[in-house]
Amino acid sequence: MIEPSAYLLLSAILFGIGVVGVVTRKNVLIILMSVELMLNGVNVAFVAVGSFLGDAAGGVFAFMVMTVAAAEAAVGLALLIALYRLKETIDITELKVLKW
Amino acid sequence: MEPVLFILFGAIAVCGAIMVVTRKHPMASALYLILTLFAVAALFVLRQAHFLAAVQVIVYAGAVVVLFVFVIMLINVPENRMPVERVTTVRFLGVIAAGLFILESAVLARRFSMPKGPAAEVGTVEAVGRALFTDYLLAFEVTSVLLLSAVIGAIALAKKKI
Repeated sequence: MIEPSAYLLLSAILFGIGVVGVVTRKNVLIILMSVELMLNGVNVAFVAVGSFLGDAAGGVFAFMVMTVAAAEAAVGLALLIALYRLKETIDITELKVLKW
Repeated sequence: MEPVLFILFGAIAVCGAIMVVTRKHPMASALYLILTLFAVAALFVLRQAHFLAAVQVIVYAGAVVVLFVFVIMLINVPENRMPVERVTTVRFLGVIAAGLFILESAVLARRFSMPKGPAAEVGTVEAVGRALFTDYLLAFEVTSVLLLSAVIGAIALAKKKI
């Protein structure tokens, strides 16, 4: 029998790897994929806790997270295309017009 | 049987996630992301969340990652214009901070006690649908507004002239 904490640990590991991707990579595409990884780690925790507690709310929240992830990917990639057309780069360190 | 499958698919998910953040070319990352998403879907099946496992494969692997692959091929950055990754102090500290976060979560998760038993029947299509259309009806309806705004935003941003 798997302990509930094993699922939470796996969820934390997936989230942590996503954080590493966001803070270390310079490629905007890979940063967006790392954000998807983080959202997926959260989903693992929602589903596992929901099923261990016998509450359908866990599944509903995971469903909402997936909806937000899909919307975020669509808008993020549209922004990326607009930026690439403008700057011809996908290097996040070169996108700093808001920095002073 | 459950521990073996959990360790197998958990290991696949973690290895795939590590490959996603370490590959140089985004296309390789996208394909490893699909591997991770399928492993996570298998973990959902292990917790009897069949509906979410199906949605995970259809929406994530079928729509979100395909969108990523489309964009990677659409903008098609030449190999010599890919960003060059260098190890800087800030990046190194970021990795250490993420490691500390995982350790801290591991300690907290061990202290968090929950009734453990066989997976309850809360992840089936019937149970999720019942919860979604009764207790969480408002959230479900508001989701449609979120998706509509995402569609309009994506079209407006990707247009030739903003």
